[in-house]
Amino acid sequence: MTARTPLLSVRDLQVRFELASDSPWPWAATRVLKAVDGLSFDIFPGETLGIVGESGCGKSTLARAVLNLIPATAGSIVWQGQEMRGANTTTWHELRKSVQMIFQDPLASLDPRMTIGQIIAEPLHTHLSALSQADVMQKVRAMMQKVGLTEQQINRYPHEFSGGQCQRIGIARALVLEPKLVICDEPVSALDVSIQAQIINLLMELQAQMGLALVFIAHDLAVVRHISQRVMVMYLGRSMELAGKQAIYRSPRHPYTQALLSAIPTPDPRRERHKAQQLLQGELPSPMNPPSGCIFRTRCPIATAACAEHRPELRALSAETEVACDLV
Amino acid sequence: MALLEVTNLSVQFDTPDGAVTAVNGLSFELERGQTVGIVGESGSGKSQTVLAMMGLLASNGRASGSALFDGRDLLSLSPTALNSIRGNRVAMIFQDPMTSLNPYLTVERQMTEVLELHKGMTRAQARVRAVQALDAVKIPEAARRLGMYPHEFSGGMRQRVMIAMALLCEPDVLIADEPTTALDVTVQAQIIALLRELQREHGTAIVMITHDLGVVAGLCDKVMVLYGGRVMEQGSAESIFYQPTHPYTIGLLGALPRIGQDGNTLLAIPGAPPNMAHLPPGCPFSERCRWAEPRCASERPALTALPEQPGVLRACHLSPHQIVPPVEAEPA
Repeated sequence: MTARTPLLSVRDLQVRFELASDSPWPWAATRVLKAVDGLSFDIFPGETLGIVGESGCGKSTLARAVLNLIPATAGSIVWQGQEMRGANTTTWHELRKSVQMIFQDPLASLDPRMTIGQIIAEPLHTHLSALSQADVMQKVRAMMQKVGLTEQQINRYPHEFSGGQCQRIGIARALVLEPKLVICDEPVSALDVSIQAQIINLLMELQAQMGLALVFIAHDLAVVRHISQRVMVMYLGRSMELAGKQAIYRSPRHPYTQALLSAIPTPDPRRERHKAQQLLQGELPSPMNPPSGCIFRTRCPIATAACAEHRPELRALSAETEVACDLV
Repeated sequence: MALLEVTNLSVQFDTPDGAVTAVNGLSFELERGQTVGIVGESGSGKSQTVLAMMGLLASNGRASGSALFDGRDLLSLSPTALNSIRGNRVAMIFQDPMTSLNPYLTVERQMTEVLELHKGMTRAQARVRAVQALDAVKIPEAARRLGMYPHEFSGGMRQRVMIAMALLCEPDVLIADEPTTALDVTVQAQIIALLRELQREHGTAIVMITHDLGVVAGLCDKVMVLYGGRVMEQGSAESIFYQPTHPYTIGLLGALPRIGQDGNTLLAIPGAPPNMAHLPPGCPFSERCRWAEPRCASERPALTALPEQPGVLRACHLSPHQIVPPVEAEPA
């Protein structure tokens, strides 16, 4: 990589949940679920990092841990050179001025009893309480216009809007503080195709205008490819491959990435009917009891006996590609 | 005669705000071993179409037109006659397997019930058949898992159980309402491969409802594109995907991010899906169509055959050569 300094630098991040034991005995050991198990990545100003993986792979937990909405168990989160793990509430409060989040369910993430104006103004009241009411309203109006809402809608309530418009409101609320980084957790997966395209275009437009860095979490690889410069593929809380988008989509190296890409249906009947599909066998193992060694080995088409012994870490294959597999 | 012949199917709901027409004048034919895909966004009427065929409309819904299955009109059959066909010769799988399986009953009880009812089997015979069915959809340790409750299965496994249950009586027609929408891509690929294999083995005809054009491309012979309860375009999968002629079809395909393609801006369709209670008098898509002319909002285009492309029906005032796709955005 270049000598650019990352905005956010995450090293060996772990998030564990302790679950009640299923044994009737009070002295039985509690069970531990490793939702995120040793992830490292950097995010540079203005870039988009896509994070893909199937349900239960820890994508959303990762997003929340980065913002301390779920406390991380171990590892480090460095924001512009400052270590955030173990930081006090005031420091985190400061951080959230520059790091905002957009959620998956557009309607559920808006308070039904607040008007659109109040919703978008809330971050300003929280973080910039010195602003006068007139300044707040002016910022809210400007933001609404940027995301394609009209000024007349300012006093309406969320239920009066469609899913796509609610997501625009969510985006306005996240961007009104002019953050440096926005974490988007499946922002378009609840939307229809035609609306999804509107929201993706809007995000990319605003990113270019405001110089935002985005972490874009999704299970749809085509969407992630469209918006990201780099992509991280997750499986059971671990990173399988981290690479530039050209590299990851043209020549995926990790067997899981290959399987994931080959599973995407494309709107091309001739290709779809004749493609040699690499179907993954079996089910996702339980994160409570992950396989030894490489966690993907139970479903991996090229796994060998050695894969059960040694857990591969991400290693660089080229300037752009890092893969966690001993066999490629 | 085709196995399933739907003619001029319409569905209306009585609501406090007056009658709302959810589906309007839908016609299609389905032969044995064929798959027809019904594509559209939420609220386009795709699910109501098949619910009407299965006699499962809500109490304020009315269906008109006809849906001839093997010569009998499903829409006018008595509930008793319909019950002998439903689950037996025409079966359905739903989007969310958790809410469509009964959480209080074991999978065994739910599967054997179908066979005892339709085939008059004893419980022991039904049990043997149920194990075979679970085997056929590749559920490991079928005999042991038969005694489990739905919550003990993962999402993909539950959808397999649903498919196994729908195929117990070897139906002639399988209606699949968004069967893979709730599943991960790798599991979706497994389920689609499974449906294809079962179709090859039994010659089942499939009605596939989905909003995912990729799924349609892989599975369907014929495609109908719905918008605002009306057919915008229907034809073979090849014609719909390679030579779309309706502005909405072109819009949908353009809005889709694709893996093998670079480009910076997706061709989004402006606006939002229509309010079904207040559709424009003309073409339902006219408000969002970039080629719309004044007459589009007032005069409804009829669904007519396209001379240039045999087998394609479309509802648009403009001829295909008038619809020039916008220039693709330059890749940065």
